[in-house]
Amino acid sequence: MSASKATPWWLSGPALVLFTALLLVPLLLTTVLSFNAYDPATGVKAGEFTLEHYAHVFTDDYYYGIFWRTFWISGLVTLICVAVGAPEAYILSRMGKPWRSILLLVVLAPLLVSVVVRAFGWSMLLGPEGLVNSGLKLVGLRPVRMLYTEVAVVVALAHVMLPFMVIPVWTSLQKLDPGVENAALSLRASPFTTLRRIVLPQVLPGILSGSLIVFGLSASAFAIPGLLGGRRLKMVATVVYDEYLHELNWPLGAAIALTLLVANLVVMLSYNRLVEGRYKKSLG
Amino acid sequence: MRKNGPLALLFNALVIAFMLAPLLVVCVVAFTPENTLTLPTTEFSLRWFEAVFAHPDFIQSFWNSLWLALASATLATLLAVPAGMAITRYTFPGRGFLNGLFLSPLIIPHLVLGVALLRLFALVGGTGSFGWLVLAHALIVTPYTLRLVVAALVGFDRSAEQAALSLGASQTQMFTRITLPMILPGVTGGWLLAFINSFDEVTMSIFVTSPSTVTLPVRMYMYATESIDPLMAAVSALMVAVTAFAMIILDRVYGLDRVLVGR
Amino acid sequence: MSFLQLSNVTKFYGSTCAVSDMNLTVEKGEFVSLLGPSGCGKTTTLQMVAGFEAVSSGSVELDGRDITHAKANTRGLGIVFQTYALFPHMTVADNVSFGLEMRKMPKAERSERVKQALALVHLEALAERYPRELSGGQRQRVALARALVIEPPVLLLDEPLSNLDAKLREEMQFELRKIQRKVGTTTVMVTHDQSEAMSISDRVVVMEGGCATQIDNPHSVYEHPRTRSISTFVGKANLLTGHVVAGGAKTRVNLGSIEVDVDDAGFRHGTLVLLSVRPEKLQLREAGQGRLDGMVRERFFLGSQWLYTVNTALGELSVLSPNDGRPALDEGHLAGIDWPTHCTRLLPADEPALHSVEPA
Repeated sequence: MSASKATPWWLSGPALVLFTALLLVPLLLTTVLSFNAYDPATGVKAGEFTLEHYAHVFTDDYYYGIFWRTFWISGLVTLICVAVGAPEAYILSRMGKPWRSILLLVVLAPLLVSVVVRAFGWSMLLGPEGLVNSGLKLVGLRPVRMLYTEVAVVVALAHVMLPFMVIPVWTSLQKLDPGVENAALSLRASPFTTLRRIVLPQVLPGILSGSLIVFGLSASAFAIPGLLGGRRLKMVATVVYDEYLHELNWPLGAAIALTLLVANLVVMLSYNRLVEGRYKKSLG
Repeated sequence: MRKNGPLALLFNALVIAFMLAPLLVVCVVAFTPENTLTLPTTEFSLRWFEAVFAHPDFIQSFWNSLWLALASATLATLLAVPAGMAITRYTFPGRGFLNGLFLSPLIIPHLVLGVALLRLFALVGGTGSFGWLVLAHALIVTPYTLRLVVAALVGFDRSAEQAALSLGASQTQMFTRITLPMILPGVTGGWLLAFINSFDEVTMSIFVTSPSTVTLPVRMYMYATESIDPLMAAVSALMVAVTAFAMIILDRVYGLDRVLVGR
Repeated sequence: MSFLQLSNVTKFYGSTCAVSDMNLTVEKGEFVSLLGPSGCGKTTTLQMVAGFEAVSSGSVELDGRDITHAKANTRGLGIVFQTYALFPHMTVADNVSFGLEMRKMPKAERSERVKQALALVHLEALAERYPRELSGGQRQRVALARALVIEPPVLLLDEPLSNLDAKLREEMQFELRKIQRKVGTTTVMVTHDQSEAMSISDRVVVMEGGCATQIDNPHSVYEHPRTRSISTFVGKANLLTGHVVAGGAKTRVNLGSIEVDVDDAGFRHGTLVLLSVRPEKLQLREAGQGRLDGMVRERFFLGSQWLYTVNTALGELSVLSPNDGRPALDEGHLAGIDWPTHCTRLLPADEPALHSVEPA
């Protein structure tokens, strides 16, 4: 079926218009904005350009602390998700028919519930009068302060991010030939060796891809640090919110946001290329 | 595949409990008769649900969210179906770029999108406009619809279209009588997924909503940062109910497991 | 006057030639098969006749009308696709009536024609079912009914039986032929299965590398293959190398340890040739009573036949003997091998460069 060369462009035209107008243009505007000078008294100075916001972001201790906190929280969440999500996906994949799909859905369905609801749920569980502390009191232990500390943020983020780890690992496991494990066992490998040397290497791309997603999403998370971190525990996203809506220093907020975007893209694209290159050869 | 040992099953049970805990707590606490966040031990009360329905702000936000989700999901689907056809059926320079562009909202932090759109709205006078908000949400949910539409088109047996042509159908008749009905599960699934994601969205919305267009999740966020009482729990429980309802329909139409994992 | 005529039809994909100079005339009511391994260009040829692929050069004429560049939805041909391509969201009846709908036939007439078409393929009872509720064989028959109900000038079948299991395939082969005979539609079938092509076609077009290498009735293709690759594709063959010692009306060939006469003519003295003998043409006798002796190395039981591999001075020969009740020969048994002179063929030792032949 031959059609004119322009047909695909006509077909994707409407979407292209929307994306240009609401994605490309705003990003461009924001980039320009991040270079605009700002005066607390008069506001954004449209014609003047400066690098001071970026300098501020990269040199000021306050922001440095926030970037560092964001980084290690995201890293910790990623590690937890790998440690919990990958084995969970493996365990689920070995279950029998009805339970397998049901439990997989139970693990993944929370993805479709708003993050606000989930954050609120955690604040109820981890609060000073919350369920966890009530449980601790019941067994005679002292209540632990979790809400408005890094603990609450990490736990809630792990909860939200876990499905994003389970999905790619599960997908990798599905691609495994089920006979491979049995083949290894028949050749006298122990279950642990089989896991380590046969299953794990083939699941590694899924784990890596999941780690990228989890790290990126955690670093840019807003609602969870906002609701569970409190006013003192800022992460990148909540700081941007402050600059925009409280300080009204849009250029600075823009600079931070764009730094986050670039960092996200760089990590994802370069690591992706690295992983793809290594694994394309061995796995095809 | 060998069976899971008791240790594995215990681990699994803990993970399941972990995943369900906050949702269950929210739904249960919503029924408390007390004034504070406690578990209903003696009786189940609907007072907080009544309070929600008596709270005009929440009602307004609910309708905002609902109409917004309906409109943005529909717009996203109308854009994604032809775009999906273009990407899967034609080879042309720029195809990879378009595919990447249309999926990019998935890897661009919603925070950045919110900030960028705030800037745009300030420039074009879009703040406070429901229409611009629909466009913003459509942008965010289009990738979800596009992915499902593309999956439906890729797994499509083209010979059915050839059969229709050979039997005398015009290109339009072929599309409306054959192609569209055959990809309908993917299209509908995409619409539903878009609806759910728009309804749930908070991070970008918090930047671009205005007092008249506040969506439910944003309203909840603002409320929760100030006071924490069972009213929030009731609202949350209602949100879970709406999402669950949408999920059931999605499962019927497309298969929840297919949507989430892509089998 | 031929009904469907392909003249020098050629198809290029970029610089790759998929079909080269295809010439074929199909008479009205004829059943012709395009036979060849995958990649030989048979499906591409069919696609060009159907209008789904553009012709690079050459022409396609149907009943005198040039349809080379006509759009696929104007040619009015009946097509049965390899995957049947039934519309999954429509019932069997709706599937079959689709073509009539496109021709704006009134409803009453349509349902009458649909009933007749379904009766032809014995599926009247399943009219209201959906394709997913049908078995593979039933789906295939729906596809056939859908293609025939529009009373097309030509019926095109793209590997119609390849998705069926072996037993069903056999049944459907003959069913297909019966229906075609009954309705009388000119038919072109594409297949890679030689037994399928041979058993039901009036003529077979053997294709290789984009060219039609032989166009003949099935018996001639089997008994008189033009090249070595045709002879090994359309059945099994024992190929013995030798050189010609005397030409003329009959040819005498020296195979090394023996010399044989062959009925094929036109080979010059000294030419290197291949003597082709089909396994079922070889006869096993008492040792010393044949043209040469050999020892049975292996035997396989195939149900209706025995397959022996026999070691001889000319090399290893495959022999197929009917399972006619007599005891089979044991491994290690010494036997005499004989064959009727007229059952051998001479083929050129080198493969001729591929080019399309004119229809026989």
